[in-house]
Amino acid sequence: MDALMLSRLQFAVATFFHFIFVPLTLGLVILIAIMETIYVRTGDELYKRQAKFWGKIFIVNFAIGVLTGITLEFQFGTNWSRYSKYVGDIFGSLLAIEATTSFFLESTFLAVWIFGWNRLSPKVHLLAIWLVAAASNASAYWIIMANAWMQNPVGYVLRGDRAELDNFLAVVTNNFGWQQYFHTLSGAYILAGFFVMGVSAYHILRRQHLEFFTKSFRFGLIFALIFSVAEVVQGHIHGAEVAKIQPAKLAAMEAHWDTRANAPQTLFLIPDEKNERNLLEFGKIPGALSMLAYHSPSAVVKGLKDFPKDERPPVALTFISFRIMVALGFLFVLLTAVGWLWRNNLEAHPRFLRLLIWAIPLPYIALQTGWIVAEVGRQPWIVYGLMKTQAAVSPIAVSQVGTTLVGFIALYSLLGFVAFYLIRKFAIAGPEPAAAAIPTGGPSAAAGPQEEPGEASGTFVEEG
Amino acid sequence: MLPTIWFLLWGILWAVYFMLDGYDLGIGTLMPVLGKSETDRRLIFRAMGPFWDGNEVWLITAGGVTFAAFPTTYAVMFSGLYTALMLILFALILRGVSFAFRDEYDHPLWKKVWDGCLIVGSFLPALLFGVAFANIFRGLPLDSEGIFQGTLFSLLNPYGIAGGILFLLLFCQHGALWLAAKTTGELEERAAAMARRLWPWLFLMSVIFLLATQRITNLFANYLANPVLLVIPLLAVAALVMIRVYMRKGAWWRAWFASAAVIVLVTLFGVVGLYPNLLPSSIDPAYSLTAFNSSSSPLTLKIMLAVALTFVPVVIAYQTWVHFIFKDKISHEDLAREEGY
Ligand code: HDD
Ligand code: HEM
Ligand code: HEM
Repeated sequence: MDALMLSRLQFAVATFFHFIFVPLTLGLVILIAIMETIYVRTGDELYKRQAKFWGKIFIVNFAIGVLTGITLEFQFGTNWSRYSKYVGDIFGSLLAIEATTSFFLESTFLAVWIFGWNRLSPKVHLLAIWLVAAASNASAYWIIMANAWMQNPVGYVLRGDRAELDNFLAVVTNNFGWQQYFHTLSGAYILAGFFVMGVSAYHILRRQHLEFFTKSFRFGLIFALIFSVAEVVQGHIHGAEVAKIQPAKLAAMEAHWDTRANAPQTLFLIPDEKNERNLLEFGKIPGALSMLAYHSPSAVVKGLKDFPKDERPPVALTFISFRIMVALGFLFVLLTAVGWLWRNNLEAHPRFLRLLIWAIPLPYIALQTGWIVAEVGRQPWIVYGLMKTQAAVSPIAVSQVGTTLVGFIALYSLLGFVAFYLIRKFAIAGPEPAAAAIPTGGPSAAAGPQEEPGEASGTFVEEG
Repeated sequence: MLPTIWFLLWGILWAVYFMLDGYDLGIGTLMPVLGKSETDRRLIFRAMGPFWDGNEVWLITAGGVTFAAFPTTYAVMFSGLYTALMLILFALILRGVSFAFRDEYDHPLWKKVWDGCLIVGSFLPALLFGVAFANIFRGLPLDSEGIFQGTLFSLLNPYGIAGGILFLLLFCQHGALWLAAKTTGELEERAAAMARRLWPWLFLMSVIFLLATQRITNLFANYLANPVLLVIPLLAVAALVMIRVYMRKGAWWRAWFASAAVIVLVTLFGVVGLYPNLLPSSIDPAYSLTAFNSSSSPLTLKIMLAVALTFVPVVIAYQTWVHFIFKDKISHEDLAREEGY
């Protein structure tokens, strides 16, 4: 492998890993802030315990998000130096603005929140978590606008051997970017909702801390329900935007080879890239693709064969990722709708609760496949239509990248493993007991879920 | 004019990063000698706990600003110093992780592992930042394409290593003073004794480094052309002496501020000496990257200046506020009260 392939692999490892932790940060922080708000307004200790319990999980997750973000910030320079030189004028400033306006806020005020329980007035303490929430969600805006510029470059002029900023406003109001931003955030909120529902379901099944977790469940459910519906609706608008701006990506997402009007959507197919066709197509919905992409069944949708071979993205990966994401998107609507119907007597539906525990990973998969669609589908361009990925790589030795790639994989596996272990441990251990009282809930709660999780984790495996 | 302003801001951001994260890196490096008991070690972690992450963001900002204001420098600096930078980043990850994980599980081996990560994760960046900056002062082997013609080992020349040791000593001194100011009892005394013991070495190393800089680099050219600028190194030396004076009186906070001043002034000394070069080339001065030939367009520089002048003061204000609410010495009660977090 050459430095290009290794760098791509390394970048993919680093971003995917970062994005395992980012969405939970983005969504959970809002739920925690809402819980603490209710506590400050009503004085009900239950909500304080909720904020602390979910907060503990949040802190570990946040820390890994921060630490894996730092390598990303520098990887544009280390591995994509030609790219950095070419677009730094525009792209670099968005990253720098993100750091000055958002990263300082989130890092500083999370520490205030963690260490400030006994030092600050409840209102100031509450303000700290809302600042973290606002800052993380704002940081997502800046980085996604940077990414959107790579997807749909706007507001620039080519001068000398680089792209220079011409219209800052156009760059930060990039319509493609708004689509990506709302889509990614909704996805993150779905993920946080499902996470909270899944962990709550685990305890409700065991009739531990019932009041605590039915109320938590409700928060997660409402959040996930709203954003699952929003995601599907907005996803379609997003798709239409892709059709307009990156037709090659659209064609790859649908494995659509021949340019035609009244293009159908096929429910099931296997793309055969080598022979430029699909095997085993069935479930054709005539005109659906034309309809989705251009809101008219007679619209012409350009097929892959009409793009030069060296300007086509990898079809199979883009196609399959897109299908998985969309299928999961509909599944989330279904699951949350069912949850809404049964919200008042959850305990009567143990199978559903068990299913929700197993649903925790699904939004993670949807988010990652979504990024594969966006990033792999953009290939071979690093900046769509302007610069190819192969022209972007740094002039560095293969051995250097090889070594650091191995380092990344080793270090990140270790991190991921420990973080997973800790988050699972905290989730299973349940909340701290209420200040003066015995834990609420059924008699089994007294068995001490706040003890070492050894036995509890045993039951987890059994249950599953 | 704009590139010059940004050149200065660039230097100041790095200086602030070193001043703030410097004490964390120093404390982490000194952990094996200062943290004798488990309680000591928990107090040491707690002394940095609320701050280290906010401090580290100055590094991200320094990196981001390099990217935004001097994209070509960003590209050449980080691809050229690839292995050194990756080592720093991996080390910083290990350090950060030790904060996140250490107290979440009660087992001596578990704690030992994360204590080890803190030590390695503090020592390596402290050393390598020094090595990297000394090499920049000296000039990097950059060819006409801006491609780095060297390896990690060509950075480890005597002057580079001297820079590394200087940074290490600066940060350790800085960290020991912070710890003396933030703790009580035996730990305070141990940190204070360490600070006193480090000072002569720091002084010696500073003298050596200054002399070597005069012989090996071109940094003094700017100072000879503009003798007023010599205030910077003179103030650095004065601040260094003040550390000693305040340590005598046991005024740990003042000594810490003096040491903060030393770090900022030493960095600025280098940066001002470099001007207008950001990355001088040791192959041919014509290949050097300067504030002028590697900067962004005037529009980007203007927008970024507006952003920086608005937000950096805000950041400084709230970070100062945070330092203020957590300014007290850490007691054992604090540890007990914050149990679980
Ligand atoms: C949609 C959101 C999103 C996306 C696509 C990315 N990040 Fe991120 N990043 C965040 C959302 C986020 C966050 C929510 O703000 C984090 C995650 C966890 C956290 O603690 O903050 C964060 C942390 C974080 C940090 C540490 C900040 C700190 O110390 O507080 C850095 C340097 C980066 N990121 C950089 C990047 C880069 C260079 C990316 C592009 C490849 C990237 N992130 C993708
Ligand atoms: C966090 C979610 C993200 C994920 C999971 C992700 C994933 C990926 C993947 C898999 C590739 C490789 C594509 C290929 O080479 O075939 C890639 C490429 C790239 N992405 Fe992203 N990306 C994410 C966000 C971003 C953001 C926010 C930016 C910029 C601000 C970005 C910048 C790049 C760059 C510069 C490349 C080119 C390098 C390459 O081709 O590997 N990515 N990304
Ligand atoms: C039926 C529902 C959905 C549709 C129609 C849809 C549509 C799309 C489209 C067209 C893209 C490509 C955009 C681009 O190239 O930039 C995309 C990307 C993405 N999708 Fe979806 N999506 C759906 C559901 C979901 C769900 C449920 C999630 C996560 C929980 C998700 C997460 C993502 C992410 C993270 C990206 C990459 C970022 C972006 O480009 O916005 N999507 N989606």
